[in-house]
Amino acid sequence: MSHAATLSVIIVDDEGPARARLRDLLADIEHELPNEIVAEADNGLRALAAIAGGGVDVALVDIRMPGMDGIELALHLSQLEHPPAVIFVTAFDAYAVRAFELNAVDYLLKPVRAPRLLAALQKVPQSRALDPNRMVRLAQGPRTHLSYHERGRLLLIPVATILYLKADLKYVMARTRDREYLLDESLTHLEHEFGEQFIRLHRSVLAAREAVIGFEKSGSDDAETQWQALLRDIPERLPISRRQWPLLKSFVRRSGS
Amino acid sequence: MASIKQNLSTQPLPDFRNAGVMLRSLLGVNLLALVAALVQSDGVTDSVQRYIDMAVWVQPLLLFDLTVLALLGNALRRCPVWVARALVLLLAVGSALLWSHLWRLLGFDDGGWQRLLRAGLLGGLAAGSLLSYFALRASALSPALAEARLQSLTARIRPHFLFNSLNAVISLIRLEPRRAESALEELAELFRALMRDHRELVPLAAEIALCRQYLNLEKLRLGERLNVEWELADLPPDLEVPPLLVQPLLENAVYHGIEPAETRGTIRIRVTRNGDELHIDLANPCGGPAEHSRGNHMALDNIRERLALYYDLEARIDTGLVVLTDGRLEYRVRIVLPCRVRSL
Repeated sequence: MSHAATLSVIIVDDEGPARARLRDLLADIEHELPNEIVAEADNGLRALAAIAGGGVDVALVDIRMPGMDGIELALHLSQLEHPPAVIFVTAFDAYAVRAFELNAVDYLLKPVRAPRLLAALQKVPQSRALDPNRMVRLAQGPRTHLSYHERGRLLLIPVATILYLKADLKYVMARTRDREYLLDESLTHLEHEFGEQFIRLHRSVLAAREAVIGFEKSGSDDAETQWQALLRDIPERLPISRRQWPLLKSFVRRSGS
Repeated sequence: MASIKQNLSTQPLPDFRNAGVMLRSLLGVNLLALVAALVQSDGVTDSVQRYIDMAVWVQPLLLFDLTVLALLGNALRRCPVWVARALVLLLAVGSALLWSHLWRLLGFDDGGWQRLLRAGLLGGLAAGSLLSYFALRASALSPALAEARLQSLTARIRPHFLFNSLNAVISLIRLEPRRAESALEELAELFRALMRDHRELVPLAAEIALCRQYLNLEKLRLGERLNVEWELADLPPDLEVPPLLVQPLLENAVYHGIEPAETRGTIRIRVTRNGDELHIDLANPCGGPAEHSRGNHMALDNIRERLALYYDLEARIDTGLVVLTDGRLEYRVRIVLPCRVRSL
């Protein structure tokens, strides 16, 4: 069946001319390798929405993009049940050098040449899934979104909307203003990745620095005073461990609230 | 044409119109006076008094000499070096003699011709030490070294920009061959400018044209996302600036301000003349404080160092993050240069 052999491709690049170039090239190699462009996106977020519907075999992904960059897109894609193969397409820069070193992924350098693109696409059927642990090492900074599964779908929460993260048995619960999400993550990794945005209140709780609006004593008649953090937009108070309290005090002084 | 070459190699004579040279002369002579006071005195308190006595005598003379040298400026630099040096020494000796004589006429000093001669000798010695200091300094900032340094500082462009631009041009060839042609021509001009001899100052108009070409190429890639606003107050056409002074800053602005943003962003460039100073202001949107810390300093340090090589203390570059009224962050760079018009 010739149709089954057709490769479905998504082009992800924030620059219009770069997408046009890949379209031309894909048309040029049509005879050697039947392919079909099923979608185009100008950042990772839109690409994820397009790919989540399924039916995409391979994603040609630029690395440096606004909104969500290519590395983060690949990280989220690796959470999918049937992730498309990812081929990075990038101009020469630090990213490409590190991709070389890690030998983690297939990549093409801009300007891309047709034979090179053809070779990369021909390898797709036998390509292995991306290793998230290696991908993390390619990442330039913390992710902009966290992903979770709900009824078989991959959904995203913008990190900026998360008020606090709480370790909960084998999951991490993320709380936004409106609801809670269960994430398949580890709190230690999250603290490491988002150290600039989140601060540890307790062994099992990280709070968004900008969401903390105050502290309050509780159980003051007890010999040991216990402090609690107040967060904006939500009623619950978060416990602060005695070990973290001195650190938090200095954080309050620094931020001047 | 004014150039770093002239400043350092063929002309070890300092440019007396330069504020840095003036400041160094003032400090140098006063340091000599302080040493003399210390040698003459018995104690520390005594030496202070002696220094003050001396300073009263030295300062007006020094200012007079510096003014004359600044006024002679260009004429002096056109002479052969040894003539110019002799003239400077002669000026120092002569003015010291005259000043000493005037001092005697006014009745502050009652010394005879011996004291007059002493004043002349001291003036000559001070000028001689300063001249050798400047000559040493010029060879320390060894011309060859400074020139090599300038070359390596200027000729840099992000490979990121080059390959992305080439990619964009290639993509145009089939659909819009004419636009591809003009884009390649612009790219060629940009690289011609990059490979030029960077020691010579260039007309400001040429630097601005180069910036426009660069921005045209970026617009090809980024389309509507990049918006540029120019504001050029009526500038004299023959003003000169170091080559590639503004373009690297624009490259930074695009890389850090426009590319990471999802929405359309505006880069503002303002070039104005403010008395004897040329002000170049750049502003671009900024994602956050972290966005600018990475990789940005290299270009800035680079330009700062080149400004120091060209203008010593007379030029500066300032940067800052500004919070706009609507809460957005804006990154601003200001370069202040002395206005130099094309000289001989």
